[in-house]
Amino acid sequence: MKTTADVRSGAAERRRYNLFWFSSPQTFFPLAGRLAPWFAAAAAVLAAAGLYVSFLLAPTDAQQGESYRIIFIHVPAAWMSMFLYVVMAFWSAVGLVFNTRLSGMMANAVAPTGALFTFIALWTGALWGKPTWGAWWVWDARLTSELILLFLYFGYMALHAAIEDPRRADKAAGILAMVGVVNVPIIYFSVKWWNTLHQGASVSLTKAPTMAATMLAGMLLMALSFWMYSIAAALWRARAIVLERERNSDWVADYVRTTR
Amino acid sequence: MNWGSWDNFFAMGGYAFYVWGSYAVTAALIIAEVALLRVRKRTIDSSLRRIAGAHEQRRHG
Repeated sequence: MKTTADVRSGAAERRRYNLFWFSSPQTFFPLAGRLAPWFAAAAAVLAAAGLYVSFLLAPTDAQQGESYRIIFIHVPAAWMSMFLYVVMAFWSAVGLVFNTRLSGMMANAVAPTGALFTFIALWTGALWGKPTWGAWWVWDARLTSELILLFLYFGYMALHAAIEDPRRADKAAGILAMVGVVNVPIIYFSVKWWNTLHQGASVSLTKAPTMAATMLAGMLLMALSFWMYSIAAALWRARAIVLERERNSDWVADYVRTTR
Repeated sequence: MNWGSWDNFFAMGGYAFYVWGSYAVTAALIIAEVALLRVRKRTIDSSLRRIAGAHEQRRHG
């Protein structure tokens, strides 16, 4: 019987010309296991630095006092909620075009973490809205479109869970993910297109930042930390999904034998 | 930024509930996700081991 080591020895030559080499769950699985702890460690270090800058270096806001410190998780979480949705839709599209097994697993691995950051963006937004606007929630374009994003994540996960065959579930839920991606630019530009209570973008690539340098630094460090965390969480979840879906394959049998 | 004392730091200029409510829930959710991921991996690992064990028994028994 062919063992994992036998398969791997042929890897070096094949990798040179086969772009799809890492799209094999068998190659991806050990790689994800090796990479995830590094991303998690980077997330922890960046979070420590980000919290230090956010709470000890960034000055008190002239208008909002200390309540503005919610920004250091609110904005990065909102960025991640949109970015992870695009990643999920991207893997869904790759899976539909190339019919690769791993793509659907990746889309699946990203969804719960995306939903988590969407919820965090909404939750911290409510806790910021109360002291600054006097309301936990308003049906304004930015807030409503972000709530729709949460429902899109839930819809993707529910639809996927409802279909028994995972490959078919990938296709059906993948189409939902791709259609829903139109909501992402709507969220992003909602503050420009509609007259909303929510303030405009705090950071823009075309304009000089309107906030103190330490505030911006704290926000970017937290954003990088969330980014690294999302990668680690997605890789860990993808590993579990790979084993769940490929449990009847020879290479998983080899993996079980070597880890016992 | 000089908070002066821990009491001032925890009070967050009167916004303690909003600021710490945001950070505490975020931290709790991230810790919960990591814990759930570990449980999921362990569950599939142990079920795979059980299946492998059953196969082996059938072969030798």
